[in-house]
Amino acid sequence: MPVTRFPTRAESVADRMVGFMAHLRLNGINVGVKESETSLQALASIDAVDPDETRLALKAICATDADRFGRFDELFKAYWFARDRQRQRQQQQKSKEKPHDKNRWSNRSLLEQSIQASSAGALDSPDESDGRDGEDNEAEQNGDGKLIASTVFNVNKADLREFMKPDDLAHAERVALQLARAIRDRRSRRRRAAKKGAQLDLRRIARKSVPTGGEPLHLLKRRRPDRPVHLVALLDVSGSMTVYARVFLSFLKGLIGADQRTDAFLFHTQLVHISDALRDGDTFRAVNRLSMMAQGFGGGTKIGTNLALFNRQYASQMVNGRTVVIILSDGYDTDPPEKISNELARLKKRGCKIVWLNPLKGWKDYEPVAKGMAAALPHLDVFAPANTLADLAALEPHLAKI
Amino acid sequence: MSWTDLKSELSDQGYVASDALAMALYLSITLGRPLLLEGAAGVGKTQIAKTLAEIRQTELIRLQCYEGLDAASAIYEWNYQRQLLSIRAAGELSSREEIEDKIFSETYLLRRPLLEAIQQTESPVLLIDEIDRADEEFEAYLLEILSDFQISIPELGTIKAVTRPLVVLTANGTRDLSDALRRRCIYSYVEYPDRHTELSILNKRQPNLNAHLADQIVGFVQALRKEELEKKPGIAETLDWAAALSGLGINDLSDDPATLQASLVCLLKTQSDQSSVPTEVAQRLVGKAA
Repeated sequence: MPVTRFPTRAESVADRMVGFMAHLRLNGINVGVKESETSLQALASIDAVDPDETRLALKAICATDADRFGRFDELFKAYWFARDRQRQRQQQQKSKEKPHDKNRWSNRSLLEQSIQASSAGALDSPDESDGRDGEDNEAEQNGDGKLIASTVFNVNKADLREFMKPDDLAHAERVALQLARAIRDRRSRRRRAAKKGAQLDLRRIARKSVPTGGEPLHLLKRRRPDRPVHLVALLDVSGSMTVYARVFLSFLKGLIGADQRTDAFLFHTQLVHISDALRDGDTFRAVNRLSMMAQGFGGGTKIGTNLALFNRQYASQMVNGRTVVIILSDGYDTDPPEKISNELARLKKRGCKIVWLNPLKGWKDYEPVAKGMAAALPHLDVFAPANTLADLAALEPHLAKI
Repeated sequence: MSWTDLKSELSDQGYVASDALAMALYLSITLGRPLLLEGAAGVGKTQIAKTLAEIRQTELIRLQCYEGLDAASAIYEWNYQRQLLSIRAAGELSSREEIEDKIFSETYLLRRPLLEAIQQTESPVLLIDEIDRADEEFEAYLLEILSDFQISIPELGTIKAVTRPLVVLTANGTRDLSDALRRRCIYSYVEYPDRHTELSILNKRQPNLNAHLADQIVGFVQALRKEELEKKPGIAETLDWAAALSGLGINDLSDDPATLQASLVCLLKTQSDQSSVPTEVAQRLVGKAA
């Protein structure tokens, strides 16, 4: 735990209080000037010499959720009752530098990796960047043998592993667009003035009937307006999912393209925000670059860790009661299964719906035995197969319901 | 009045508060800030507002939140039927302006909890229950009211608070509340009481219960909360159960396993919880409680 220096020669109580607030901030409790001010006011109305009393008072003011409420006592003790402060100060400086450095480093390496990956992508497939009608190129491109379907007689029923052609990708995108539309409009429970609607808007009727001597001539209505939901998609691009990655990326592109209120992420051992890249007008280029980018990382999957990262960094802005979070993953995880379950529960607390699309579920006799998947199940609103386009299209009624 | 005085006053009214809760309540009163209480269902979050109103001998105004709660049911609404009648009654005798002035006066206003709370001559306790059930829009609106304590009605103008109500908000984690709302409030997390506290609550509420049984009841419930249950019994359940047991004429939990098992319906409120505490488990818990 980082501890700020206790000001031994502080001018006043206020000075020390400001130090304490800095200490709290350092430990992830976001307090500001307002809290300092309130705390000082509070000290005036209690017996500030009694440490217990002071602790309770500051706790009530600064710890504003259950988690912080639990941690506060420790933090309080660490600041006001710190022994050998000198040593802790040194430690604190060390620890302060370390995460910072590490962070910067990992950010940079992430950036570097993705740049490398995308440039590698560009180098490897110079033709792909010019678009949809490069079908011939594409066929050649994918002529590495193992994944090509020799006869694509029924596009919809072919396992997505076999999808590689631009047309198919475009098809996937179309399905995704339809899906996105199906999910988008959820009814609000409030009512608003409208031309047609099930309920009378008495407020406006009363007002309008003044000039007509109390005769309600104009019957004005209210109804529930449609409210768009916010879609957030998380795509697993680890080794076990690589074969599906391209199609799912097109799918994501379809979802994202539907409107501005959507976000997408890739994850394997790291989490990457790709909404901007996906909004790139050219589907094919975007998908290719992203799939290269995805391959750039490789290695195992850390679903739990990534969900934790998502919860910490993005969820507060992106996820609320009108959000549908779509996770595309096979559920093979190198994290302990409790982690997935805890993080999903945390995510769920924001009031969102969680949809998990698993390409393996479409396989015959599939049971969600992967520990991660089993741990996730209780938190999901929809758990559906996603290994053929028909499966994806069949989701529509499910998603329209939630 | 110091916070310990407040604590003992609460206790006189039958509410045994933890130190943290009493301090939070005290600060919320002295600093004039809303109090936000979180915790599992049945730990006495709502009760504290009621007790507070009793102590201060003021009115308790309660707003129960639900999804889709809107201004018309939380703040005010015009009494449309009366307005329409009044317009017709006025007929052609009065001018349009006169009618308008008349029907948009306070007599035609239906006050909902929030408006009512700021118009009391004596500062009431305003309980906003289960705020996390209301949607984000309402939360944002509430923030505005809680900071300015004024409400503007287009036809009437701004209504300023006569007195500031003492606001208590409760939540039990249906969804996360916004940081802005949290930071405006004094916060306390209410936990299940420990054995000692629960015993004193039970003694306060049911003074006629014999001491041995009360001790056993509390021990049993405390042990039961450690089991894997869907819904853990709260204080209200403990009190119900105690009343049931004394009504059944039981003096010792280990006397009659069958009746004990039957009486568990007071504590376990779902089918799966009931089946997860069969007679053997119940008897084991009784053993622990003793």
